[in-house]
Amino acid sequence: MEAQKFMVFLFPSVSYTLKAEKIIKEKGVAYKVIPVPRHISSDCGVCLRVAVEQQGLAAEALQGLVTWERMVLL
Amino acid sequence: MEPDPLKNQLIYFDNAATSWPKPAGMMEAMGHYNEMIGGSPGRSGHRRSLDAGRIILETREALAELFGNGNSLRIAFTKNATEALNIALLGILHSGDHVITSSMEHNSVMRPLRFLETLGVQISVVSCSGDGRLSPEDVHAAIRPQTRLLVVTHASNVTGTIQPIAELGQIVREHGFLFCVDAAQTAGALPIHVDEMAIDLLAFSGHKSLFGPQGTGGLYIREGIEKHLRPLMMGGTGSRSEFERQPDFMPDKYESGTPNTIGLAGLGAGVRFVLTEGVQAIRSKEEGLTERFLKGLASLKGITVYGHPEAASRTAVVSFNIASVSPSEASLELDERFGILCRPGLHCAPAAHRTIGTFSRGTIRFGFGYFNNDEEISFALEAIQSLAAGD
Repeated sequence: MEAQKFMVFLFPSVSYTLKAEKIIKEKGVAYKVIPVPRHISSDCGVCLRVAVEQQGLAAEALQGLVTWERMVLL
Repeated sequence: MEPDPLKNQLIYFDNAATSWPKPAGMMEAMGHYNEMIGGSPGRSGHRRSLDAGRIILETREALAELFGNGNSLRIAFTKNATEALNIALLGILHSGDHVITSSMEHNSVMRPLRFLETLGVQISVVSCSGDGRLSPEDVHAAIRPQTRLLVVTHASNVTGTIQPIAELGQIVREHGFLFCVDAAQTAGALPIHVDEMAIDLLAFSGHKSLFGPQGTGGLYIREGIEKHLRPLMMGGTGSRSEFERQPDFMPDKYESGTPNTIGLAGLGAGVRFVLTEGVQAIRSKEEGLTERFLKGLASLKGITVYGHPEAASRTAVVSFNIASVSPSEASLELDERFGILCRPGLHCAPAAHRTIGTFSRGTIRFGFGYFNNDEEISFALEAIQSLAAGD
């Protein structure tokens, strides 16, 4: 079985991450708030992790409401 | 029944300073944070830190709904309206700029402006009428090529006089400078819509009509203005920690250091109470109380009332004087003999008192709130009558 692949959305700060969380939660997207992986950024904040299959749904929900800085494949 | 101060049956008419009592949800929200969460928001990724961050986000979202701005991240939290006004004024104005304000302002506006004046900022204080109203035509006449900002209180903390904010916003928008509104007395008590009123910077306090605890307040900053608005404090924000430069984005740019999470939990509950009750319902109740009090005062002898005669043109704040007693003596008598708590003096607004002709005597100020009632107004009118009669 192939391992689940994830995409992380990186935001300017936790206020943005949690606002994004609220929005995708209401849209029914499965997600997890995780510390920003060290290999992606030295920022000590948190980011949103979603399954690769749901990244489009998440991006669509956030469009125009919360701007993310980067999307990175884990 | 006559309230007995010794049994703590007090009549609280000092809501213009701090509202009391608070909705039950406020203490519950603060207790919940304290007992069940307790973490630092934005300082880690553990669940208690995230829950603390979520509480603050919910408070921001509730305020964004109340003020009609779509993006809650445009609101930076401060410890009160004074700090928010200081960020706005000290951050925007530089030597050579011109700023327009009214003669009804609180010292939270006047003192930063007088400080800026020593640094070379030009100030025009537009005179208001004897009942505290600012004329948009007079503001228009004060505009110069160097005008950078109009800063005006939404309603006076001394007379309750409501200023024509939407009309003033229109003038500012047409001339292309910035509009800062001091909503310390009105956030939660009067409808505020930052877009419809063309407000660029809105300073509010959390502990008055938003029913939060003391130590809460904030500043709404229209998109793009943060590029030109220097922060008052810099430090840790939990974001961009690898850089020694202050973040340049909202709200982090203006929120250095651990925030007052427990206070913001309470403020969130207070704002949700306002949204549930409805600003119009709150306004209607407070206007009714004010009208009843104004009518009652008009029938008493030896009383001078200040501000606009109509309750519809003022918040639930009434300043008055009793000819035979000084404001401080009257307030002491009201407290000790009748259990009525109010505020005498100049209310940190000497300019406003000069405008209405009560400098340096000051006034007795009653600030009614949503939890006051008609019986308390009637009792207070009887108490004032007996003080005026020298009983």
